[in-house]
Amino acid sequence: MEELFDGLLNDHLGFVVWSTVAFVILLILLGKFAWKPIMAAINDRERSIEEALLKAEAAKEEMARLTSENQSLLKEARAERDLILKEARHMKDQIIAEAKEAAQVEGARMIEKASIEINNQKAIALADVKNQVANLSIDIAEKLLRKQFENQREQDQLVADLLKEVKVN
Amino acid sequence: MDFSHILNSKKITLSVVLSVFLSLLACKSFAIQSEKDSVNEKNAKQEAFNPTTAILEHIGDSHYWHVGGEIKIALPVIIFTEKGMESFSASKFNGEGVASGKYHNYKLVDDKIRVVDTDGNVDKEASHHIYDFSITKNVVALWIAGILLLIIFFSVASAYKKREGKAPKGLQSFIEPIIMFVRDEIARPNIGYKYQKYMPILLTIFFFIWMNNMLGLVPLFPGGANVTGNILLTFVLSTVVLLIVNFSANKYYWKHIFMPDVPLWLYPIMIPVELIGIISKPFALMIRLYANISAGHIIVLSLISLIFIFKSLYIAPVSVAFVLFMDVLELLVAFLQAFIFTMLTALFIGTAVEEHHH
Repeated sequence: MEELFDGLLNDHLGFVVWSTVAFVILLILLGKFAWKPIMAAINDRERSIEEALLKAEAAKEEMARLTSENQSLLKEARAERDLILKEARHMKDQIIAEAKEAAQVEGARMIEKASIEINNQKAIALADVKNQVANLSIDIAEKLLRKQFENQREQDQLVADLLKEVKVN
Repeated sequence: MDFSHILNSKKITLSVVLSVFLSLLACKSFAIQSEKDSVNEKNAKQEAFNPTTAILEHIGDSHYWHVGGEIKIALPVIIFTEKGMESFSASKFNGEGVASGKYHNYKLVDDKIRVVDTDGNVDKEASHHIYDFSITKNVVALWIAGILLLIIFFSVASAYKKREGKAPKGLQSFIEPIIMFVRDEIARPNIGYKYQKYMPILLTIFFFIWMNNMLGLVPLFPGGANVTGNILLTFVLSTVVLLIVNFSANKYYWKHIFMPDVPLWLYPIMIPVELIGIISKPFALMIRLYANISAGHIIVLSLISLIFIFKSLYIAPVSVAFVLFMDVLELLVAFLQAFIFTMLTALFIGTAVEEHHH
């Protein structure tokens, strides 16, 4: 045992010192000129990649949002068009119906008016005919009477008859 | 500083890596072969091949770097004596010989520097006053790993500056998932929202251990040293962890140690246990890494040693097949141990900075 440790420090202190020095110098040099820039570069790149990924994700979301917005806009437009068309059709039907009704009403009114006019004209014409007939009758009667009462006796006769009739009453 | 042009050609990098790994098996056997040859020459057949010494030599530290064959690189020797510092090349030892320095004469005993007197005998008393600060094989291997790490990560950092905000490319795209792994699987789940502060130390520990583990698997010259399988290095690493954990600890952590929620009569047991826990956690880290990596090296070297134990070339395919398997496994272990060490460090930091809401 004594032999094993004999001169241990004398023989080996040198290597311990040399390796300590070598390791410490290596640590300082690598730490300052290698690990620091390398780690900084790696971290920077990682951060930029992460940011880029996040941005890409955001862009994707924005894109999806825009697409869905477009889709909904399109849908809305379509629905609106359908609505407008429907309304127009409805309006057309209504107008036609209204026009028909109005025409019917007007037609009926005109027919009625025409029938009243016809009746009026008919009445007027009838009255006229009546007058004419009356005048004609009177004329005929006058002419007849003139002819009858041309002699005096007959006139007296008639008066006497008439008086007789009065007396009875 | 821009090193990216060094590693910008994928094909060159790939072929270099491949060739290194393909030549790894062959070279491991060469190394031991020559070792054996030289041993044989010296001992003139009287001593059989001793796998234990050969393996321990390979996983241990040395003042030489064995490149292959008879080529050994003599590394600088630096000694602090009581009279002052002196340095010379290890080639001065000329093997087991005596090197005369400014203040003492020195000799290598089991690759450890000992002071010798004029007769060439080891002076134990004087040896206790010198401190060996040599640039040994492990120190050089450590520097090579450090320089590789600096080149790689400076080039990656410059790539981040150049290609700001763009997708990673080339080496950067290989490194980034690993950094992200350390951050997302190790730091964040264990430390919580304060993880940012501890990223540099965790990343440094992780890549330092991994790089050294991987280089240890390469048997060619710049690799092959058993750095993370050296208990001194794991001691240094776990001491760093110990300091970081305890210096970043908050009042809840200390309350948990000195005023745990147990009956008062349990305090004499609890407080020592908790205090031992402070030390034992990094101690476990130290032993785990050291044992795992050393074990891997020992297994690979043992399998190669089979060839020399059986003294037959016909055993070589078997050895190579097993070594190939082990090396692939070691590739996994290299990563796994770096991961475990870093994860436990993060876990200890996490318990130290955790906010309790009782």
